Amino acid sequence: MNQNPTPQTGHDTGDYVTVNIGPSHPAMHGTLRVVALTDGESLIKVDPEIGYLHRGVEKLGENLTYHQFIPITDRLNYCSAIPNNVSYEMAVEKLMGIEVPEKAQLIRVIMMELARIADHQVCIGILGVDLGAFTPFFYLIIQREEIYEIFEWFNGARLTNTFGRIGGVDADLPDDFEERWEELKPGVRKANDETEKLLTHNRIWMDRTIGVSAFSAEDALNWGFTGPCLRACGVKRDLRIDEPYCMYDKFKFEVPVGKHGDVFDRYIVRMIEMEESIKIIDQAYKLYKEMPADAPLMARVPKVIKPPAGEVYSALESPNGELGFFVKSDGSANPYRIRIRPPCYMIYQAFPELVEGELIADLVACLSSLNVIAGELDR
Amino acid sequence: MDLKNRVEQCLGPENFVVAMIECQGDLSVEVPKRSVVDVMRLLRDTPDLGFNFLSDLLGVDNLDLNKPKKKPKKKTEEGEGAEAEAEEEPKEKGPLPPRYEVVYLLLCLERNERLQVKVRVEENDMEVDTLTPVWKAADWPEREVFDMFGIRFKGHPNLKRLLMWDDFPAHPLRKDYPLEGQGEERHLIYDD
Repeated sequence: MNQNPTPQTGHDTGDYVTVNIGPSHPAMHGTLRVVALTDGESLIKVDPEIGYLHRGVEKLGENLTYHQFIPITDRLNYCSAIPNNVSYEMAVEKLMGIEVPEKAQLIRVIMMELARIADHQVCIGILGVDLGAFTPFFYLIIQREEIYEIFEWFNGARLTNTFGRIGGVDADLPDDFEERWEELKPGVRKANDETEKLLTHNRIWMDRTIGVSAFSAEDALNWGFTGPCLRACGVKRDLRIDEPYCMYDKFKFEVPVGKHGDVFDRYIVRMIEMEESIKIIDQAYKLYKEMPADAPLMARVPKVIKPPAGEVYSALESPNGELGFFVKSDGSANPYRIRIRPPCYMIYQAFPELVEGELIADLVACLSSLNVIAGELDR
Repeated sequence: MDLKNRVEQCLGPENFVVAMIECQGDLSVEVPKRSVVDVMRLLRDTPDLGFNFLSDLLGVDNLDLNKPKKKPKKKTEEGEGAEAEAEEEPKEKGPLPPRYEVVYLLLCLERNERLQVKVRVEENDMEVDTLTPVWKAADWPEREVFDMFGIRFKGHPNLKRLLMWDDFPAHPLRKDYPLEGQGEERHLIYDD
């Protein structure tokens, strides 16, 4: 690494100050580092540096069997591990041509949408904390904890869920899921309501978020944006509707879109998505109840998974955007190559373009609203 | 018309198609390395293809695939095993296929179609034209492929290592790099 990083600019750098933000800073979400050239409070040149949490996940995958890789995927986006697990399983299932039973697909949908709510709650809570609004964080994080209780009670872990298996899921929903969900639902709605009351029309909040790091739809597509950040720019794109998987085509829900692609739009898109997720869980649970109790949860899968030689790419809509896995098999019991396409990797590379010309405090707001998770960024 | 024919119709007249493979519904087309940027512009701007979104870009090291395979222990009769051996032999004599691949995952937002475009990279000519003028999204993935495989992208505005530190001596996702590493140490400023 360059030991004295000075971003190169065309300007005379005499009056500018280089500020090193991170990697160990509470606003930098773990291990992100930004070298910023500043003129007073405004950012002239921004150079993000990543790799501090690089663990060689893709290399590890080449040396494990297909099933052994599922727990590794938990460690990608550690705020919502379940979509990672399911996305990887779907890629291997596609490679092997396995059809997953409908009941297992519904359980996946229910769990993935719960994970989406939890992920958005963390994102909005932290966005508030970074901008000085500490109270909503508590409302949201209590509800997130309740969702993690459901995960824990379903498969024994709060964060590293290792949910599902290749070909289906390993366990049925517990009998009293409905009670717990009906108990949780009003709590989530109330917390969102309180958050909305505290933030959305708050003068300080509006001044800090509206118009900050606005991005056009054209630029967003060029940079490979997906998920809430793309929808905030006004592009109605959601893999759950555009390339339906896991029976998403049977549910009715809205895809919220923003207009300006600024921090406020990203916040509001996430708020509405939580409500839509609640609707999806209700519909999925209704369909689930209509299934016979002894419906299969697993497709017929060989004990040792050896997919035929070939390469596939499969993606789903994770809370952050398109999360894809490219899996190449050479016919043996280990994957030949696994490539993870994390959503925030593509989003974070546009970071200089998003924040240059803004103030240092806006850099923090922008970073939080993108929901960059170092675990999936560095892999 | 299905995607395969449309891609063939678009790229065929210019002799851009080297091979086309379909795997579980995923179409992948191999194109010559020198014309990869032209191919991408064609795929993006042809109205009935319109692949206007670069989903991802990745490298693959085919070292282990190109190696002559060990005799697989087959449960079936010996006759079949002998046949497989006979098939493998002529492959060893011919030139090995190029070691590296760069795979581009494209997406058409209007029709929700996906296409994999592949170029093969020889070990003695590790340079591919950059895609950053076509899609800005290619910026970090290209840096990562350079970092992990050592494939250089000609014309990339900032081709530095992305995940490993700058003076890291190897390319870790190559198949001949050991899983445990080779004892590389990072010397921090305060080590002196």
